[in-house]
Amino acid sequence: MKTIRASVIGFGAVGQGVAKVLLEKNDYLRSIGIDIRIVAIADSRTAVIDGEGVDLSAVLASKKEKGVVGTEKISGTGIIKSVDHELVIETTPTNINDGGVGLVNMFAAFEKSMDVVTSNKGPLALKYVELFEAANISGSSLKFEASVGGAMPVINLACETLAGNKILSMEGIFNGTCNYILSRMVEEHASYEQMLAEAQELGIAEADPSYDVEGIDTASKLVIVANAVFGMNASYKDVTVTGITRITPEALLLANVDGYAIKLIGEVNDGKINVAPKLVPLVHPLAVGGTLNVFSVQTDISGPITITGRGAGSIETASAILSDIISLYKQ
Amino acid sequence: MRVSMDLELKDIPGQLLLALKPISDFKGNLISVVHHHEKKTPRGTIPVQVLFEVKPDHLDDLISDLEERGVRVVSMDEKRYLEHGAVILIGHIVHTDIQDTIDQIDNTGYAEVVDLNLSMPKINMPSSASLKIDAVSKKDLQAVVELLKSIAREKDLLVIEPIESQLRLMK
Repeated sequence: MKTIRASVIGFGAVGQGVAKVLLEKNDYLRSIGIDIRIVAIADSRTAVIDGEGVDLSAVLASKKEKGVVGTEKISGTGIIKSVDHELVIETTPTNINDGGVGLVNMFAAFEKSMDVVTSNKGPLALKYVELFEAANISGSSLKFEASVGGAMPVINLACETLAGNKILSMEGIFNGTCNYILSRMVEEHASYEQMLAEAQELGIAEADPSYDVEGIDTASKLVIVANAVFGMNASYKDVTVTGITRITPEALLLANVDGYAIKLIGEVNDGKINVAPKLVPLVHPLAVGGTLNVFSVQTDISGPITITGRGAGSIETASAILSDIISLYKQ
Repeated sequence: MRVSMDLELKDIPGQLLLALKPISDFKGNLISVVHHHEKKTPRGTIPVQVLFEVKPDHLDDLISDLEERGVRVVSMDEKRYLEHGAVILIGHIVHTDIQDTIDQIDNTGYAEVVDLNLSMPKINMPSSASLKIDAVSKKDLQAVVELLKSIAREKDLLVIEPIESQLRLMK
């Protein structure tokens, strides 16, 4: 049995999902020789530290009831710098302007030769090359399946499962919020504003939806894909981005009459990274509805391969973090 | 463009090769040849149907060449546009001179707007349109979509084009 001491930095939806998944999968993890001991958890205001292992159920209850994880006043970065452990599970919110605290945390972890498993897109979309350089220097691993496509295996599918194939291009729907709004606009023949409001009411869209509907979220994910799968040295500024805010119900109807759906499509093709609403034939495998995500890779020897699944959600994203942890520590 | 021709050949050896040579000489791409040796015409000639792609400006010379060789061209059907594309436009399509938008595409010489459906919900609200565009070749279809996108940038319209994998397959 290998004991891995880990911290969870960031305890929003994804961080809590990680705690739940670790509780649920504890026996399974031990059966494959992995003992994940969470020694510290931090949210944006408080922290809890216990070298013998934090009681995850108690922390989840405290977060639910009191809105905080504990009583300690140390920051996530402080924990990485001062608490001895091997793995940082970085689930702080994405900041696409400067990488935010997530970027600071990742560099701090590498300085201490810790491994990082993250769902945080911002640092990867901005400083992919620098992060991997820092990880390599300290002999650390950096895994980020959870940053792209939630439960869908995007990075690991292309880099590991399809090893030997050359990935020629990728296209897909990487944002469930946009997909929900566009799907509902067709169903209800309603305006963008109306269906955005509905999505906000259901918690599918944020109060400030610009990150999703302007295509920023999709663009960040594509930058990560471009770097990890296509070996490009891209950053967010290399993406041409058009969002869905101008789409009208009339346009959706006209497209439908011609046999098309309109979807916010992200594509990496020929060294170009592009996010824009596109016409997808209704019978095409990319034409999935609701909040689903989907992507297709074009490979040289296997042809096209399409995967669809839930692209967001607390447990779904945590499942991708779990798979990264297992692939890191499984003997 | 794609051309189908009904030819009549003399019933002597070497005539089929003689009839196909001009198509090859003018860089045509032969798609099918049907040789009806059993259906001899009352004139004693053999009917042959050929289907090929060739650049439009080579067609007249190709026909003269065939006739000089004694191959009779009985009938011909040409189809200039092989590729059919669809795009959606959103914005102030009419107020930004829709005639000009269409003219710019039609004036390329390699593509034409063949269908337009316009939806204008309210005055001052953005309208939406679906455009069908025919083009000579796949390359020309891509070129005309790029042209449309540059027109749209000037006129602040949103162009929604088919996904890449579909563009590659589109016929």
